[in-house]
Amino acid sequence: MATVSELQVRTGRRAEIALLGVSWAIIVLARALVDYHADFLELRTLGIYAAAAAALMLGCHLLLRRYAPSADPVLLPAVLAINGVGLAMIRRIDFGYAQYRGRETAFGDTQIGWTVAGVLLAMAVIFVIRDHRLLRRFTYTAGVVGLALYLLPLVPGLGVTINGARIWIDLFGRSLQPGEFAKIAMVVFFAGYLVTNRDTLALAGPTFLGLRFPRPRDMGPLLLVWAAALLLMVYQRDLGASLLFFGIFLGMLYVATQRISWVVTGVALFGAGAVLAGTIFPHVRARYDAWLNALDPDLYSAGTSEQLVRGLFGMASGGLFGTGLGEGRPDLVPYAESDFIIASIGEEMGLTGLMAILALYLILVQRAFRTSIGVRDGFGKLVAGGLGFALALQVFIVVGGVTRVIPLTGLTTPWLAYGGSSMLANWIIVGLLLRISDQARRTTAEVAE
Amino acid sequence: MSELSITLLRFGFLILLWALVLAAIGVLRADLYGTRVTSRGRGRAARRRDDARADKVAAPARSNTGVRTGSISTRDDAVAHLAVTAGTLKGTTIPLGSAPILIGRSPTCTLVIDDDYCSARHCRVFPEAGGWLVEDLGSTNGTFLDNQRVDDPMPFKRGDKLRLGSTTLELRS
Repeated sequence: MATVSELQVRTGRRAEIALLGVSWAIIVLARALVDYHADFLELRTLGIYAAAAAALMLGCHLLLRRYAPSADPVLLPAVLAINGVGLAMIRRIDFGYAQYRGRETAFGDTQIGWTVAGVLLAMAVIFVIRDHRLLRRFTYTAGVVGLALYLLPLVPGLGVTINGARIWIDLFGRSLQPGEFAKIAMVVFFAGYLVTNRDTLALAGPTFLGLRFPRPRDMGPLLLVWAAALLLMVYQRDLGASLLFFGIFLGMLYVATQRISWVVTGVALFGAGAVLAGTIFPHVRARYDAWLNALDPDLYSAGTSEQLVRGLFGMASGGLFGTGLGEGRPDLVPYAESDFIIASIGEEMGLTGLMAILALYLILVQRAFRTSIGVRDGFGKLVAGGLGFALALQVFIVVGGVTRVIPLTGLTTPWLAYGGSSMLANWIIVGLLLRISDQARRTTAEVAE
Repeated sequence: MSELSITLLRFGFLILLWALVLAAIGVLRADLYGTRVTSRGRGRAARRRDDARADKVAAPARSNTGVRTGSISTRDDAVAHLAVTAGTLKGTTIPLGSAPILIGRSPTCTLVIDDDYCSARHCRVFPEAGGWLVEDLGSTNGTFLDNQRVDDPMPFKRGDKLRLGSTTLELRS
């Protein structure tokens, strides 16, 4: 005989406030070190920054206590710490550009604005969406919205081409990347569709070579959206986003159907696609070259692998403990504040600091998966699992690209890199995960109330 | 600021980052939720206490004492053991060694009984001069040995029935 008992959970709000305290100290100390080395340390400005950070954190904490009392205690402190380190790093790169390049930039201050907007957006998500199952009603709407967002940059007059990729739109003088938001819409669409059709997808259909394939009518809408989005991204030359999108699709399909054959088929298709893209598109071929022969002097002086190699040199000079925040030369790497912020962190905080940041990402992904296991409805499971997998894959693609594990593709590092759209979208993800984890950690009786 | 204090702050920052990581992992280790499948005897004990972690601490302590829940002793018949013949823990046996056995509701007891009519530390069975004695530890509802109330330590012989609350224990060989 065995009994099934439900474990009573601590809400974790006390643990959260304690962790938030540590995050706050990290955020303030990072900025203080950066300001000190730039001879810019004013106790008044630092005090305002510290007070504002504390107020924002306390506001989030109180809102969670009121509206999502059982939400995961680790998510918010970990994200805020990553975000704070990113803010300090971007500010430091501003100083670096001004000091060595004579280039006046205000990435840091802009990014603070985006962060505040992102945190408020996440809190709005928690406030508005009281039950994540509400989103399931918008399954197909989310699919259409997602595709429309991917299409937006192609609209003449609205879309802007920056650095060869047409993925930005011009809105009120600011450039936005709608693809970042489309990512969330697509996760919602896949989750809603898969949770309704997973049985027919997994069980019905002809068998071929020992693998069972679904019937076209079950798979149709999914394949249509997937192929359309992927073609669009390839057309827009957004390699990183297409890789990420393909991965999310595959991961969620596997979670929903438990069929390893999907993963095998998907990876095989991906391999074929990667080889094909390398032979057809010259810009993909150049990426492969820069990855495999990065230290070739010809490629370096031609500029193909220059950014990558400079990033590697930066990380190498950082060593085990880094040069110290504000004491390195991250400005030598092109796009040090966005695509290569990982290299900047590796240089100034060393392997130790970089590993801590990666460990924080790992904790976040683990929490998303744990939420996915704990939540009781299939839709919530797929959304939490999909968002967690998206986060993990995005970090892998960026960090892998910068450290030359995989070819370099342009993607933002969540909460760390400079970029408004990415910041807002990733904070929405935090809001959704907090909301779902709140449901997951309550007992059945509390949810039914 | 001096060079030394800046270096200290630089390393302090890295230490702080790892402190956050380790503290977060510490929170995760304590963060259990969802459902748990347990064997029968322990399941009841787990439901009684609200804090699941207290149960986690208590459970190994019980298994260390040789209490086997829900199973009949397979040990040599010559060795005496206490058998629960009625009550929530029916079927449980405790081999009797040389150590005294404490019975009650408290998790520190050798035999933890989930019964509202039992006291936290209800009674004690202990060896003396080759035999076993049973002693009441000031319980509210009393301990009865073959329908006779135990006040002072009484000899506990084979086949005797010891009753406390709704639980009945028997000394067997």
